[in-house]
Amino acid sequence: MIEILLPALLIGLLLALIAGPLGCFVVWGRMAYFGDTLAHSALLGIGLGFLFQLNPTVGVILVASALALALTVLQGQRFIANDTLLGIMAHGTLALGLVLVSLMSHVRVDLLGLLFGDLLATSFQDVLWVTGLAALIGIALRFIWIPMLNIAVNQELAQAEGVRVGWVRLLFMLLLASTVAIGMKVVGALLITAMLIIPAAAARKLSHTPEQMALIASVIGMGSVLAGLLLSWLADTPAGPSIVLCSVLTFVVVYLFSPRTQG
Amino acid sequence: MTSETLVSLRDIGLDFKQRTVLDQITLDIHRREILTIIGPNGAGKSCLLKIVLGLYQPSRGSVTRTNGLTIGYMPQKLAVDPSLPLTVDRFLRLANAGDSQAIDQALQRVGARSLRQAAVQRLSGGEFQRVLLARALLRSPDLLVLDEPAQGVDLQGQQSLYRLLAQLREEHGFAILMVSHDLHFVMAQTDQVLCLNQHVCCSGTAEAVVNHPEYLALFSSGEVEDIGVYTHHHDHHHDLHGQVVDEAPRFTRITPTDGHVHGPGCSHDHKGQRHD
Repeated sequence: MIEILLPALLIGLLLALIAGPLGCFVVWGRMAYFGDTLAHSALLGIGLGFLFQLNPTVGVILVASALALALTVLQGQRFIANDTLLGIMAHGTLALGLVLVSLMSHVRVDLLGLLFGDLLATSFQDVLWVTGLAALIGIALRFIWIPMLNIAVNQELAQAEGVRVGWVRLLFMLLLASTVAIGMKVVGALLITAMLIIPAAAARKLSHTPEQMALIASVIGMGSVLAGLLLSWLADTPAGPSIVLCSVLTFVVVYLFSPRTQG
Repeated sequence: MTSETLVSLRDIGLDFKQRTVLDQITLDIHRREILTIIGPNGAGKSCLLKIVLGLYQPSRGSVTRTNGLTIGYMPQKLAVDPSLPLTVDRFLRLANAGDSQAIDQALQRVGARSLRQAAVQRLSGGEFQRVLLARALLRSPDLLVLDEPAQGVDLQGQQSLYRLLAQLREEHGFAILMVSHDLHFVMAQTDQVLCLNQHVCCSGTAEAVVNHPEYLALFSSGEVEDIGVYTHHHDHHHDLHGQVVDEAPRFTRITPTDGHVHGPGCSHDHKGQRHD
């Protein structure tokens, strides 16, 4: 039992830990749909990974990063609204990924696992690379924390004051793409954004400073992972959706019973 | 007196979606100088400001900034997303310039000390403006750039802001570049006024308001010494699309002179008399 549950628990906790602060930036910058588009593209990354015999995780990071770049370039266009563009990209890459994966008859692919996560199928080897990647993301985030906060306040003010907005945002998107790769293991392509925004949104009610909000988001996320896995174990429910359900419940409870509205 | 040039624009042009927004703009901003840009809506005032700030790259022409130039920027409005928990204190700390005591002094200097622990989302427009000014001060700027600081502020507030800016310039010795939404009222201490409508229409010094009977007639209190009137005479006309109708020079070179500068097509002298 423990050899199935322990890797799942560790990977889930690591994801929640880094998704807390990253998710705060997604919420502050109103990038929820952007994050969702990156997450949807993860399936294409897995498909291309199989096709070129790459590690699927590397495939996910590469495709999500390329998509983040493409979206940044395309955001200036005036042909269609940005949310329409994001929708086209999200579902285009998801559909392409599904078709690609289904065409590869030689590999046995668990489609439900890709869409909703297959946390209980993780190994201790997975724990190792997730730990390494999470540590890298954490260190990089520490470096861009203040510039990113300034950008979240106002991009033009930050740029006028000398913040290298383009580079900082690019690095942030790479971090987001890497988080998507970890999230694929835990909650699957369709639920990754939930791990980013729901704990952060719940934390908003309980915090006075940006750092507090990031920390509380991590704690709420990790609590949801614990509770979700427990639910999954007791009631034999799928692990990923159970975790997300727990974070949604936390959000509802916080908003219904929070002592007062914070400024 | 020739003082150091902080920012120098030469023949700047900016195209946006195949439309010319700015054309042949040449201007210098010197140390300790106050330069006000005025012009109608859509004249490209904010675009010019953003080129000076380095937020936009011009399509044509060159921008030269002096080495190590520090710019303090006061945007017209700043809406912080309500999901970001941020007090004024933290907002000022984010500028990464100055300790707690410096923040206290800066807030006191702009008259916003009581706001230190307030959430930035709860501030009124005028309050946020003062906080932004405090943030700019904390960076010890060489140049303070203000985008329509008088927008949405009543005349009283406008006057006290201009008075404060004039005092701060004396204390800190920075130059000020601002955009004014009003065609006629500018800060009295303004050294140069630049009237913009895609190109430089005219430029020169602002006249002291106390000498202007029309303006004085509007205010019985007489407390108007912080606002000056800039009377400007164009050497050409614009049609409804902002196109120049007359044959006229496309720009006027800006040199600080006693009065405003005319293009060759100008038809009045400095007493306002027509001489054609």
